[in-house]
Amino acid sequence: MSTATPVTTPPLKADKIGAAGIAKKRLSSPWASIAAIVIAVLWTLPTFGLLVSSFRPERAIKTTGWWTFFSDPTTTFENYSKVFGEEGGVNLAAFFVNSLIICIPSVLIPMSIAALSAYAFAWIKFPGRNILFLVIFALQIVPLQVTLIPLLKIFVSIDITGTFWTLWLSHATFALPLAIYLLHNFMREIPSGLIEAARVDGAGHVSIFFKVMLPLLTPALAAFGIFQFLWVWNDLLVALVFAGGGDEVAPITLQLANLSGTRGTAWHLLSAGAFVSIIVPVTVFLLLQRYFVRGLLAGSVKG
Amino acid sequence: MFNTASTTPEKILQMFAALLLFAAVMGVILFIAGRFGGKRGDKVVAYLYLLPAVLLLTVGLVYPGLRTIYQSFFDAAGSSFIGFDNYSTIFSDKDQLTVLRNTVFWVVVTPFVATAIGLVYAILVDKSRFESVAKALIFLPMSISFVAAGVIWKFVYEYRPDQGNVKQIGLVNQLIVWLGGKPIQLLIETPLNTFLLIIVMIWIQAGFAMTILSAAIKAIPDDIIEAARLDGVNAWSMFRKITLPSVQPTVVVVLTTIGIGTLKVFDIVRTMTGGNFETSVIANEFYRQTFNADNQGLGAALAVLLFVLVIPIVIYNIRSLRRSEAS
Repeated sequence: MSTATPVTTPPLKADKIGAAGIAKKRLSSPWASIAAIVIAVLWTLPTFGLLVSSFRPERAIKTTGWWTFFSDPTTTFENYSKVFGEEGGVNLAAFFVNSLIICIPSVLIPMSIAALSAYAFAWIKFPGRNILFLVIFALQIVPLQVTLIPLLKIFVSIDITGTFWTLWLSHATFALPLAIYLLHNFMREIPSGLIEAARVDGAGHVSIFFKVMLPLLTPALAAFGIFQFLWVWNDLLVALVFAGGGDEVAPITLQLANLSGTRGTAWHLLSAGAFVSIIVPVTVFLLLQRYFVRGLLAGSVKG
Repeated sequence: MFNTASTTPEKILQMFAALLLFAAVMGVILFIAGRFGGKRGDKVVAYLYLLPAVLLLTVGLVYPGLRTIYQSFFDAAGSSFIGFDNYSTIFSDKDQLTVLRNTVFWVVVTPFVATAIGLVYAILVDKSRFESVAKALIFLPMSISFVAAGVIWKFVYEYRPDQGNVKQIGLVNQLIVWLGGKPIQLLIETPLNTFLLIIVMIWIQAGFAMTILSAAIKAIPDDIIEAARLDGVNAWSMFRKITLPSVQPTVVVVLTTIGIGTLKVFDIVRTMTGGNFETSVIANEFYRQTFNADNQGLGAALAVLLFVLVIPIVIYNIRSLRRSEAS
């Protein structure tokens, strides 16, 4: 057979270890690695347990722990077909569609409105600019709870309750302070020479916005767009208040929460349902990690 | 177009109609803006660009906020003025005091534990071979909904009665049984249940803390570390005298940010216990009072309280953010 090759570890470059590196190394490496592995396992195990369960038959889930799966591996896709189909009474497919229908305008509308406003704040001088910007910035901290009931009454009075409009309008509004702030900061960093050159060439604010600003703005728009998409996709509170009445417009989180409330022990449905609901955010996270983190950091105070 | 769409094609059609309508409104604004030029025109363009945002924010955020503050001084039906009675109820009623106590538990425990775990983990995996994978594992819970997180953990805490052939299906109770104990109804036992719910929030927020602190750790200048290393500093004092002071402003930002998020926690409580068994918190109580107990005045007062509690943390957060950027 092959001879064992000696494990060669590259010599650590002393000047590139970093403070944490030294702290870790001196904390005696094996313990550090063990601690890191323990945390990582603890963090992964809850999700893993439910994921395994979602592929086990209903009877097995209800009578034995998911860890017995490894000594008695029986798998099935029945849980998934049950939560998706209409006969199980869960019908997640329809709620999945609702979530998408809610999300798309709830991202695009505030994004475009905020891009215009941010442009005005960043590149046009007008009276009251600073104070108005400060007010919008401060609005970020308003908790949604404070706005929900009066907003609901407005929706009742213009007769759009129980439609997607309530969710589109409220999500768009709630997103604006963060979006304007984020895009404004980004636009300020674009060299003013670019704008001035365009102005000298006779371009107005409309064409500067589209031809100079928008192409440069892509990373900021992506960061905000992803953050907002996940925020809306994962939202429960706004959906409960404005779409709680009927199944027609309720998003997937709402159905999952209802399922957990009314059929709290139906783990074959809950496990599969939970994974159907997280497949979208997890995919977005894995594919667009960089933008995702950036948007998340910027929007951490929202809500 | 403004009716409830019930079939999937209808829904998609309504979505595109809405987007078209929106595009048309924006088009009109841009068209008008395009007709103005010169210095005086600038102002008009600016106001036109701001118009949709200011309109939405005024109607959808500022007015409702003020309205809720006003409403918090009225009774359950919202018809007669009762002064500060709703607020005194929050601070005297037995159930409401439990809500406040729980909220304090949440806001005190979550930020510190999540930040500590995030910091330790960031240091442990820093510059290791599996750094990006290790970080992704901890960060992943951050991307899923609180509802899904609640379901995941409810399964961990699941309880089966302790009799004959019944086997535990929840991990925690199985561990208790393996260690020779009796299974516990984890989500019903007070005040243990509140702390078990807090663990879910810590599980979610540790990834956030880790990501930000990891960036701060990587930003510590090499020469400081080199100097300390030449002095023969050991691991613990390296951590205490170099790492911790360097990331301290960031730690404050992380703590306050998680604190703000925790103050408004709602979905976890609602999904896992529905606020029963003395687990309710302010944001959940707001929902319950407004929609289930039909007490609009008290609901409004709870919402306002949430707002009032957020303000000092946000101010502190912004100030420390400024300081950390300046240094």
